[in-house]
Amino acid sequence: MSAELRKTPLHALHLELGARMVPFAGYEMPVQYPSGLMAEHKGCRESAALFDVSHMGQLRLVGDGAAAALETLVPVDVVDLPVGKQRYALFTNAHGGLLDDLMITRREGDLFVVVNAGCKDADTSHLITHIGHRCTVIALPDRALLALQGPKAVTALARLVPGVAQLTFMTGGSFTIAGVDAFVTRSGYTGEDGFEMSVPADQAAAVARKLLDQPEVRPAGLGARDTLRLEAGLCLYGHDIDDKTTPVEAGLTWAIQKVRRPGGARAGGYPGAHVVESQLNSGPMIKRVGLVALERVPVREGTILVDAHGHKLGHVTSGTIAPTVDQPIAMAYLGADHASAQHEVYAEVRGKRIPMRVTAMPFTPNRYHRG
Amino acid sequence: MTTMFTPDHEWINIEDHEAAVVGITMHAQDALGDVVFVDLPEVGKTFKQGEAAGVVESVKAAADVKMPVTGEIVEVNEELRADPSLANSDPMGKGWFFKVHLTDMAEFDRLMDPPGYDALLKTL
Repeated sequence: MSAELRKTPLHALHLELGARMVPFAGYEMPVQYPSGLMAEHKGCRESAALFDVSHMGQLRLVGDGAAAALETLVPVDVVDLPVGKQRYALFTNAHGGLLDDLMITRREGDLFVVVNAGCKDADTSHLITHIGHRCTVIALPDRALLALQGPKAVTALARLVPGVAQLTFMTGGSFTIAGVDAFVTRSGYTGEDGFEMSVPADQAAAVARKLLDQPEVRPAGLGARDTLRLEAGLCLYGHDIDDKTTPVEAGLTWAIQKVRRPGGARAGGYPGAHVVESQLNSGPMIKRVGLVALERVPVREGTILVDAHGHKLGHVTSGTIAPTVDQPIAMAYLGADHASAQHEVYAEVRGKRIPMRVTAMPFTPNRYHRG
Repeated sequence: MTTMFTPDHEWINIEDHEAAVVGITMHAQDALGDVVFVDLPEVGKTFKQGEAAGVVESVKAAADVKMPVTGEIVEVNEELRADPSLANSDPMGKGWFFKVHLTDMAEFDRLMDPPGYDALLKTL
């Protein structure tokens, strides 16, 4: 284990709980606890799981010009985002590729932004370089982030914070959890109902312990987080999306509101807009799809996909045997003409061709609380 | 000693020389996590010592199962193929992978004995 790895505020708690720690994005993070990945995954779908996601980057953008400035970096409507609402967004580059995916919440005095751990330094520089003159970019390294996910998450959290049950999917507000000031959004990365809580780093362990005291809640690590998000059809930056994939190829155009599309009042104006707009008009050459294997063989990232004659059709970007769906599932990019539902392709695994079928995502139904 | 070990965390038991049993160790299954899939070798195939004869996959990772000795595969564990979790619940017993007919006993003698394997585990 490298001496250079950083620790989150919950590091000691993870060790106390018997977590297996691994390096991730420069941090020492829990990949699983003694119960194991399957139990943690199922616990999230059936009850409630607590994840430490403090390694992710949290920032505030302050100033009247912040929303308009941020719109120059993302193909998303930020200007008309109402107070209390959260939105998924994408940083694009000059070729329409993705620099990161992120969450933006409009609050009374600022825009609250959460970015991926592996990209947080680059994203912070990106913001300061391009819009630092139009608003104040404030990184929040002294805040922790906890995610409580699952059908019983609201029961557990509302016992400590009664008002939190009023939040609907993708809304947020300030609450007090066991005496600690927290900013809470009703969102997450599992496809289940749940909450993400930003709390001061020095209070994070106390809040986590209080949550783990609730009978519905069990700790879960990055291993389960990955299988949960894959079943939910959610992209992992650096795997399913990266600086070579556009939002259109990735099937993320739902995140581009009408006002930012060709013909909209604030169309374009973000890096790579000409590429994205061209693809919105005439369709992308490749598309991200969901796949299910027709034999019980895991098909992993990097696997080549071919047709019945062995011609390359695409490649897998994420794959596993999904604990809830109980089949091998994957995300992949295929040529657009092979990307339709029910289309059969073959994965080349150890010299054998495993048949797979293109499937709509999510692989397991999303259960967001829309109110 | 009838059971010896490899540095890649396989074990081999030669109580029956014609059909020495091979599996992965307690340490290996713990490191892998929940095993969800095994790829077993074809019966009748011969592999050299150190060659990958099979694959064991957990939700997160895949690992080769290497031949502890040179020999011909004489039987594979169909029960394990049907229920890969046996590799976690009983790695030294019901979770065996395959049986091999050894051709060179000297190879077996050069593997790690139980105290030697325990010593290796302490260094990890």
